[in-house]
Amino acid sequence: METIKDIINTLTAPEILITLATILLFVSAKYRHVFYTNTVALVLFPAMFVFMAISMFDEDFYLIVTKPDNVPIVGMLFLIPFFTWFSMREAVRNDRRTDSGTPLIEKEETADKVLTWPDLVYTELIAIVLLTVLLVGWSILIPAPLEESANPAATPNPSKAPWYFLGLQEMLVYFDPWLAGVVFPGLIIVGLMAIPYIDTNPKGNGYYTFKERSWEIMTFLFGFLILWVLLVILGTFLRGPNWNFFGPYEYWDTHKLEALVNVDLSDYFWVRLLGMGRPDNILIRESVGFLVVLGYFLIPPMVLARTIFKRFYENLGPARYHIMVFLLLCMASLPIKMVLRWLFNLKYIIGIPEFFFNI
Amino acid sequence: MSQLKELLTSLSPTKLGEAIQKSQIYRSVFRVGVPVSDRKRMLVMLGNVFLHLHPVKVRKSGIRLRFTWCMGGITFFLFLVLTFTGLLLMFYYRPTIEYAYVDIIDLREQVPLGIMREIHRWGAHAMVISVWLHMVRVFMTGSYKPPREFNWGVGVILLVLTLLLSFTGYLLPWDQLAMWAITVGSNMARATPFAGYEGPGANLLTLGENIPLISSTSDARFALLGGTRVGEMALLRFYVLHCVGLPLVAGFLMAVHFWRIRRDGGISGPL
Repeated sequence: METIKDIINTLTAPEILITLATILLFVSAKYRHVFYTNTVALVLFPAMFVFMAISMFDEDFYLIVTKPDNVPIVGMLFLIPFFTWFSMREAVRNDRRTDSGTPLIEKEETADKVLTWPDLVYTELIAIVLLTVLLVGWSILIPAPLEESANPAATPNPSKAPWYFLGLQEMLVYFDPWLAGVVFPGLIIVGLMAIPYIDTNPKGNGYYTFKERSWEIMTFLFGFLILWVLLVILGTFLRGPNWNFFGPYEYWDTHKLEALVNVDLSDYFWVRLLGMGRPDNILIRESVGFLVVLGYFLIPPMVLARTIFKRFYENLGPARYHIMVFLLLCMASLPIKMVLRWLFNLKYIIGIPEFFFNI
Repeated sequence: MSQLKELLTSLSPTKLGEAIQKSQIYRSVFRVGVPVSDRKRMLVMLGNVFLHLHPVKVRKSGIRLRFTWCMGGITFFLFLVLTFTGLLLMFYYRPTIEYAYVDIIDLREQVPLGIMREIHRWGAHAMVISVWLHMVRVFMTGSYKPPREFNWGVGVILLVLTLLLSFTGYLLPWDQLAMWAITVGSNMARATPFAGYEGPGANLLTLGENIPLISSTSDARFALLGGTRVGEMALLRFYVLHCVGLPLVAGFLMAVHFWRIRRDGGISGPL
């Protein structure tokens, strides 16, 4: 038992967890005909449930999962995979129908118009009644959390933002607050709103499908499931005192020591590569970083337009294309920075703490 | 004896129901009456201000639970639940440092039927999840595509408002959990480029020679909290935003959202 716990504790380390989840997402999409089926769901979701139930016997696991405000996230742990699985199952079914020339599931009933009363109104009524029962039951069983009165002198460790912002707080490991807390949230909002204007693919409007819009769906699912939901879960359950990582069966030891070994790019370049001291002039010191960041945003759009994104460039036109690639690059910067941190302990690509300008 | 029996029979639920339905009061309220015929079922949808959010007839494929998951409807219902329970909570809660925490304790220990705070809190968490799932559904069915691009944008803002409503409400119990979660969250604002005193570019903005324009008492975080730390003014600001400001904006945008669903051709479906 202890060995299994140790293995899981190791596997849930951020670098492994995020990598494994990403692989799972893409592999499951590749073999979607096998993965998004009832059989898999009938094994997977009960297995998740059993895993949770057995894990509850572990003191540390029980403690973190049953923190009152974490209860909804446990619910989310099931709901989001379930609905992802469900929508992908519908998509696979529809794609199969398209292949064999039978009409889509939705199409079969599009011509049928039914009266809103009773068909829709009663569904809504039942949903309302069930939800009310659920909410009242939940509220009777679990009291809302209330800790001690606010005390500005006693900082809890860890101090966590509300759970739905923990993805952003987790981003703070890799980016400074001005990016993780201000620029990226802004870009997420703008990027989401831009989706309908960037995605000009006319197919897949109003029905589940994967084949006809696999690129859009994979980008969205990667962004939502890995870069948002998984980071929320990581931030909630696996980050303890000092925002250190703790496995699900690990005791939250305030004194756990994590070596601070992160190195700036300027250090890598001037000190380790050229063997000299870092220049005093900030602009010269960070010139490599500036080149890297500029190159990151300037070169890929041009290269991609001629290679794998050629079709996109032709279909979208320059304005839409460049906005799309810019947003994608911003999104990709998070996993790229993660990988750089995990492999090279890279801290800042540009590091000018004098002006709070760190990337 | 037989007279009594007759009286009791005349008081049977069916007869009573019929009598009520014939009464002037009932007919004045429910103009159409019980929707037992198709004609009446249509008229009831047109005549009722709430039901007329919906069209009279809908595509069968569009209202399937397997298609919509009912997530948008659930989100709206949770918003109504939160408005109602929130209103009740406002009777007992005073947004000041002296009273906020003790009022919450009172709410738990003194107020009869004291699960309103629980319903409010769990409902708020559930709403965050349901609004995310609604977004996933709309994305996976490609329902943001023309002609629904604008409504997707309105939906994104509503999602952000849901998070902000939850965030502002998080502070109100004024316990350690609340105060420090908001401290961590609002600390981000001081790193706002140019507008936060620890943000990049802020020290480039000066008044005259070298008086900084952006300081800890004049930056974005200060505007959010009404102070340099999460204190009395922050509590009041968050309270006002939570109970009045944000719900008003959300309500307004919801009206736009629902109206546009109808105008853009109802619940999406294959063409």
